[in-house]
Amino acid sequence: MALINIKIEGYPYQVEDGITILEAAKRCGYEIPSLCAYNHGECNQGSCRVCLVEATGARGLVASCVYPVSEGMEITISSPRAVEARRTSVELLLSNHSMKCQQCAKNGNCELLRVAKITGAREDKYTGEKTPVTLDELTPSIVRDTSKCILCGRCIARCSSAHGLGVLGYENRGFKAIVAPAENRSFANSPCIMCGQCVSVCPTGALMEKSEIDKFDEAKKAGKFIVVQTAPAVRAALGEEFGMKIGTPVTGKMVAALRRLGFNKVYDTNFGADLTIMEEANELLDRMNNGGVLPMITSCSPGWVNYAEYYYGDQLDHLSSCKSPHEMFGAIVKSYYAEKNNINPQNIFVVSIMPCTAKKYEKEREELVTNGLKDVDCVLTTRELGDLIKRSGINFTALADEEFDSDLLGDYTGAGVIFGVTGGVMEAALRTAYFSLTGKEHELIKFEQVRGFEGVKEAGIEIGGKTIWVAVASGMKNAKVLMDEVRAGTSKYAFIEIMGCPGGCVAGGGQPYVKPCFLPNEDIDILDTYKEKRAKALYSEDERQVIRQSHNNPQIKQLYDDYLGKPLSHKAHELLHTTYSAKKRFK
Amino acid sequence: MAHIQEKALCKIDEICEKYADENTPLMMILSDIQNEFGYIPLEVQERVSEKTGISVAEIYGVVTFYSFFSLMPKGKYIIGCCLGTACYVKGASHVIDKFSELLGINPGQTTDDGMFTLDALRCIGACGIAPAVTINGKVYPKVAVNDVSGIIESYRNA
Repeated sequence: MALINIKIEGYPYQVEDGITILEAAKRCGYEIPSLCAYNHGECNQGSCRVCLVEATGARGLVASCVYPVSEGMEITISSPRAVEARRTSVELLLSNHSMKCQQCAKNGNCELLRVAKITGAREDKYTGEKTPVTLDELTPSIVRDTSKCILCGRCIARCSSAHGLGVLGYENRGFKAIVAPAENRSFANSPCIMCGQCVSVCPTGALMEKSEIDKFDEAKKAGKFIVVQTAPAVRAALGEEFGMKIGTPVTGKMVAALRRLGFNKVYDTNFGADLTIMEEANELLDRMNNGGVLPMITSCSPGWVNYAEYYYGDQLDHLSSCKSPHEMFGAIVKSYYAEKNNINPQNIFVVSIMPCTAKKYEKEREELVTNGLKDVDCVLTTRELGDLIKRSGINFTALADEEFDSDLLGDYTGAGVIFGVTGGVMEAALRTAYFSLTGKEHELIKFEQVRGFEGVKEAGIEIGGKTIWVAVASGMKNAKVLMDEVRAGTSKYAFIEIMGCPGGCVAGGGQPYVKPCFLPNEDIDILDTYKEKRAKALYSEDERQVIRQSHNNPQIKQLYDDYLGKPLSHKAHELLHTTYSAKKRFK
Repeated sequence: MAHIQEKALCKIDEICEKYADENTPLMMILSDIQNEFGYIPLEVQERVSEKTGISVAEIYGVVTFYSFFSLMPKGKYIIGCCLGTACYVKGASHVIDKFSELLGINPGQTTDDGMFTLDALRCIGACGIAPAVTINGKVYPKVAVNDVSGIIESYRNA
């Protein structure tokens, strides 16, 4: 790309031709106030007018996020005219905004509030009528409050870039315009998969996860025996809530914090992941050996399961019948663990810390009730755990590392850890399937072919002289590619892993927000690299584990010997397997 | 809402296929459906979504953005009162109020007998004959409040 000469605030710079003024300024060391935390084709419409600047050759002020630089252009960010115009733009946004900032859960991460402060916008400059408000709190996962929406459209862009057929769109026009599922329906009555990707890009509090911190408080008050489990991806991101660099693993500090929060037992969902692998790998072998339905597809991601139920209701027999790891864990806590420790399962309260908003919905599924009890009682996102820790006055960064509880359900392997990243479940399953088929361990342990962040990955794996074709997809747009083949009967794969969120759980909808404007110490390209950095934290924990295959987890072996018998046994089916059903997209 | 009849589904599919080679077929498809059926309910939007790969949310957005499209069945006669600047200055608001009063409906609504729908339009490009009213494509120039009842009656008796 050719370089051109421009001036910003009178200083000369050389930048690439054709990039936007906003981008050019950023590369030259300026930050023009804007609401463009996501410059990835998401919300580049120039509609909010927050980033107005003066540029020679342009008629009037220009929106720097869409206006390209050109040779000889002189850009002024700080002229009184530009400063006043940006302030007015924000004041106009505020004029239709619910200003209940102090009680808003986005407080501290709100880009609108930040830009209001920077521009000096007054909240009550323009008063008058406001757009009629919709508050959708019907789903267990996501709350939509249009009184805080600024119509930027990031959620719409993210929903469709991740999942193809998005559920969100603009509707109506002018003063009545809102962002909503068709007919301004609740997410509960539309084909929303509850993944929370929209929540992770919303600049304000218009889209939020539904908090369940009060459920935990009530359980504590009621004197329940509270067992907490943490998903693998949480440890790779929780530190970000406390200003730590993205990609810093904080397993030990997280465990220490959870103990201080008053959980009776602190376990790792990785035990559940190892159990999932035992069941799932054996289910795969059973299907392969006995002419079962292939390809078999993973069922760990509730976002993906929702999508399958909405869009591929005729293909559900391809889904593994295995519950997801935290549901398996919950079921085992309320049966095996309760029996061994002589605790009344009614008195046990299982909390899952998840990188996910869809898990909140998943735990409410009636298929996931065992012996009249929900397998999991409460799901908190990584962000909510951050809030809980801050509320309790714990200095997270100063905590000394502690280990998970080690009795009965405490061992876990490297195979469980990598569940948190796209390709991880596949790799973990291959390690165990390889052993089951050949009677020996795979010498490299790693299956590099299924790592990485491409939307669809495939590999032919040599096992015992046979090549088994597998595929991995994340994001429903990519899943659709594989599923259309499955439906057409042309899929060559034996086993497919699908995760709801692009990149897998490390980039889940319940993970700490990655907003460059609040992360001054991260690299400029952090939006392109954060998934990889978090994934690296998980792969390094896998490498550190002595045991890296689920079937070698001693407590898993003990669980089968003492209680379940063998994988896919009657007892295992009762506790660890589930069913799915086709759902109507617009109820 | 009732399920779409098989015959209607075929027609919708036919319309979608007609524009299959277009880059941005949505407006054309919706226009044809609006003309064919008089309205575009959610079930129909779902069908269009399946045929075109455009999300229901986006289709719904387009249908609710343009006043030409309707989510509800429209009347046999669609009365469009222009409220653009020129018509407004020439008293169009009194004209539409009179239609409202005589028909007993607000703009955007349809009479119970299914005869009339009253729409408020923005500029229809007929400023020289303001205030203008259109009924099923026929243009009435320089409409006065006193003309309104006669216009309605001419359709009632038609």
